[in-house]
Amino acid sequence: MTDSKTTNSNTLTESKNMKPTQLTTRQKVELSLSRRRAAETRFRMYGMASVFFGMLCLVVLFTDIASKGTAAFKQTSLKTEIFLDSSYLGLTKDSKVDEVRFANFEGLIKRQFAKNFKPSGRKETRELFKLLANPEVLDTTISIELLMDDDVDQWFKHDRDLSTDETNDRLSTKQLSWLNNWVEEGRLDTHFNTLFFTNGDSREPELAGIHGAIKGTLLTLMVTLLLSFPIGVAAAIYLEEFAPRNRMTEIVEININNLAAVPSIIFGLLGMAIFINVFGVSRSTPLLGGLVLTLMTLPTIIISARAAIKSVPPSIREAAYGLGASKNQVVFHHVLPLAMPGMLTGTILGMAQALGETAPLLMIGMVAFVVDVPGFINDPSTVLPVQIFLWSDSPERAFMERTSGAILVLLSFLVLMNTTAVILRRRLERRW
Amino acid sequence: MHSLPDHYGTLMALWTGVPALILLMTWHLLEAPVIDYLLIAQLPAEIQAADSAQIQLAISKVYNLASSSGLTADPSLMPAVEHLAALNERTAILNSGIALSLCLVCFVITYRRIQPKLRARTEMESIVNLLLLSSSGIAVLTTVGILASVLFEAWMFFQQISPIDFLFGTTWSPQVALRADQSGSSGSFGAVPLFAGTLLISLIAMVIAVPIGLMAAIYLSEYASSSVRKYAKPALEVLAGIPTVVYGFFAALTVAPFIRMLGTDLGLEVSSESALAAGLVMGVMIIPFVSSLSDDVINAVPQSMRDGSYGLGATKNETIRQVIIPAALPGIVGAVMLAVSRAIGETMIVAMAAGLAANLTANPLDSVTTVTVQIVTLLVGDQEFDSPKTLAAFALGLVLFLVTLILNFVALKIVQKYREQYD
Amino acid sequence: MSTSMQHIENHITTGIPLSQNPKLAARNVDVFYGDKQAIFDVSLDIGANEVIALIGPSGCGKSTFLRTLNRMNDTIDICKIKGEILLDDENIYGADVDTVPLRARVGMVFQKPNPFPKSIYDNVAYGPRIHGLAQSRVELDETVEKSLQRAGLWNEVKDRLHAPGTGLSGGQQQRLCIARTIAVDPEVILMDEPCSALDPIATAKIEELIDELREKYTIAIVTHSMQQAARVSQRTAYFHLGQLIEVNPTKQVFTTPQHELTEAYITGRFG
Repeated sequence: MTDSKTTNSNTLTESKNMKPTQLTTRQKVELSLSRRRAAETRFRMYGMASVFFGMLCLVVLFTDIASKGTAAFKQTSLKTEIFLDSSYLGLTKDSKVDEVRFANFEGLIKRQFAKNFKPSGRKETRELFKLLANPEVLDTTISIELLMDDDVDQWFKHDRDLSTDETNDRLSTKQLSWLNNWVEEGRLDTHFNTLFFTNGDSREPELAGIHGAIKGTLLTLMVTLLLSFPIGVAAAIYLEEFAPRNRMTEIVEININNLAAVPSIIFGLLGMAIFINVFGVSRSTPLLGGLVLTLMTLPTIIISARAAIKSVPPSIREAAYGLGASKNQVVFHHVLPLAMPGMLTGTILGMAQALGETAPLLMIGMVAFVVDVPGFINDPSTVLPVQIFLWSDSPERAFMERTSGAILVLLSFLVLMNTTAVILRRRLERRW
Repeated sequence: MHSLPDHYGTLMALWTGVPALILLMTWHLLEAPVIDYLLIAQLPAEIQAADSAQIQLAISKVYNLASSSGLTADPSLMPAVEHLAALNERTAILNSGIALSLCLVCFVITYRRIQPKLRARTEMESIVNLLLLSSSGIAVLTTVGILASVLFEAWMFFQQISPIDFLFGTTWSPQVALRADQSGSSGSFGAVPLFAGTLLISLIAMVIAVPIGLMAAIYLSEYASSSVRKYAKPALEVLAGIPTVVYGFFAALTVAPFIRMLGTDLGLEVSSESALAAGLVMGVMIIPFVSSLSDDVINAVPQSMRDGSYGLGATKNETIRQVIIPAALPGIVGAVMLAVSRAIGETMIVAMAAGLAANLTANPLDSVTTVTVQIVTLLVGDQEFDSPKTLAAFALGLVLFLVTLILNFVALKIVQKYREQYD
Repeated sequence: MSTSMQHIENHITTGIPLSQNPKLAARNVDVFYGDKQAIFDVSLDIGANEVIALIGPSGCGKSTFLRTLNRMNDTIDICKIKGEILLDDENIYGADVDTVPLRARVGMVFQKPNPFPKSIYDNVAYGPRIHGLAQSRVELDETVEKSLQRAGLWNEVKDRLHAPGTGLSGGQQQRLCIARTIAVDPEVILMDEPCSALDPIATAKIEELIDELREKYTIAIVTHSMQQAARVSQRTAYFHLGQLIEVNPTKQVFTTPQHELTEAYITGRFG
């Protein structure tokens, strides 16, 4: 063995200059170190950069959507005064509700404004009708806030700071001068856009809201939950506790694992071909949507429910059997309650997944333009992700804003659901 | 005593309720097709002889006429309309009548069986077990349903268009003449551009997702401190939880214009719906998928292998690159296959950010379309259910289903075998 | 023996723990796993070209101590070391000591054979490759052959160098791991119960090997088998509950042990 003490007297530089055959193993190793340390640092950097990139994408995505979407929660309106001319409207104090609803408010407003200005695309609001619920206000002058058209809305929110030399191609110079006047008079301003949450879809961006979509989503998710949870849990219990370990069971298991990975759009095809065509379920309803989403989330729920059941320790079962309980009793009185937290968490996560699904619902007809808010599960409706998809096609800037706003609402639902699942898991987790 | 009073009660409830419920459900499901069938006999003779598309059309007209009174009545359809009204009335009565009588019959039979000798608990448990069994059957039924529906419709498609033309044809232009005399109706259903488009976008997505996902997994499991891991892992999981429609929106309204702008600055010809934009965003979406699967796979490599390498004086990255990754390779390959399957089946991102025109190209700056986009386009809209256009969507669906099925199956098998190695 | 369950206060190791010009010298080493202390104030010398056996009942800390000698405990986050370990008079736990060249000098063979999922050739060539020890393919081939010969495996595998290392029998795999360690040309080889997973015949082969290896290398071997310790080592160190009780020439330890605990162990009263 070489005497390392004496040859160590060569410095590193000297070693580098010696011929390879003259070096000891130790020296060779020393020589390799700087290259290898550099490689190590580089590799570590790549790793950090990858994680960083993932975070960056997340941040960019959220900032982009948030910056576009927060403006959707504000709506520009004009404070003005209207004289409610009962003769023009054709109403009296005793007019019925229907007559009031169909009276020509739009004409009234236009006529009022036409006296002073040329009308420039203002839209009436239902506020006027609400005010008219009190017949006393007939023949008086009331002050209301008129909703502004989306062109005005966008101008007010985004373009106002631009110099007035710039020509806005949606609004004429005359219109711009009126608008600027109103701004100075303090009559044109934004307020919280409650219509966004109370209105259904509309062709006019300023009237478009997500109420219908939200109700549709809630109804659809309700159907999905009511169907997939019991069936999923039942199937999991059967597969985990009762099924014999034979070829049949294996096939069922493989089946479920595969279904979990099938692209969601295939479930849409299934919905079309079988539910609509053969069973005649009406298109575009929460019922149909719920059925399709159930089939889609069932594998996920079954898999997580099985994991929850598996995690219950055998000692509990043995204790129950030891007391003379039948198999069913062991499962339903002991295993199921203990596995329930895990099952619930899995179900919530499955629902969160279903909440964001769009493709299969497009296929079953939810892509139609639905204005009315659905009453119950058999009324045509849409869901929030589909609404987002539909709006994203529209070129108007106001729709882009609203799409982003709707996305923010969708994401907050998801955050809520996922947080609930995490909290539930932490609270109810038992440490065996 | 063998069973408790509760058990007898539950048994009664089960016998009374469940058969009737099953009857109601089955009736409800089969109601529509059966009524349709019965109506056909009432349709005018020439419609009965016509093809199924005409029949469907006639039937929907009948339904419309029956429900609203505003449409002009077509006298030839009136017998069918009246028959429908009569059938509907009768159905409701029959339905509830039979269900109730079934309830009653079951009730009486079960009641007479109740005696101390009856092992109610066992019977009740058997019924419950049967219900459990049928629940898991639903999962199987779903697959059967998917296969059946897709196969059936695709087969009808292949009656009209030859499979060779479909699978190997390079022109995709799904126009079909609505009337025999319409011009410009040559529809070609060659799906190769669709396959190419799907592959191009998936490839771009993989190029992003695999290296980044793998490196992130390696860093988080081998290098990162536990506090970094605690926050970074869930953060990456968030990327996986974002709905694809949001990604699609982002891709279409932010990424695509950005790439276009970059391209024109560099003097390149970039489409506003470039494959690159869709592929990039899809890649970002798949990163957490690759990352968490790789993480599992890397952790399955036993510590003894790492010890062996460190014991020889290897650095961390040498150990990872030369020992751990080769050891984990089958698992990683499986993970990549699953990711590819995910990319191929993705719909919303491409529906919103990729194009509609079939384009056979390898240039990521061009606009291409994919199988999933075409399925959506062909089916979203008012088509006759039997036209080749609609059926083409099912043929595409069949291809998609089979390809992803095979990928998933093989991937799962590989990962399973890999795990067994180290257990 | 009631004292067998407790630590001895202010214990001084019986026998001759220290020596002249040791290869490895441990001074007042304490090892902690989190809050739990596993090794208490151990000072031990290991001389050049000697085989020293570390024996003691389960859980007495012999493997832990062994792993401190090449800083393998660094791979465990919660493990902390106090004290010094000198390799040729340099403290391996010094501030800027790089474990990479250290482990090239102090190699380790583990309890369960752990060949890499590579070919036999690549298993042995791994070390020289990463450390840049061979300049050419020819040199690498030579190194691989020499190492396999020294490990006594060459004749059995020379015709199938590219077969996977995991395809060998247990005893062959362990010899492959020894060859792998030798290929890096270390100065010390640490062996952590290398034969406990092997059958008697394989064990005998490895014990023969250890005797041959002694010419070139310093060897420290942890073993559960007192007979093995008696067969292969020149000095034996007895550990008990993390303390070093006695260090003496092997013959003496097994015939006339100085400390009562050592005697109790070798006569089978516990452990």
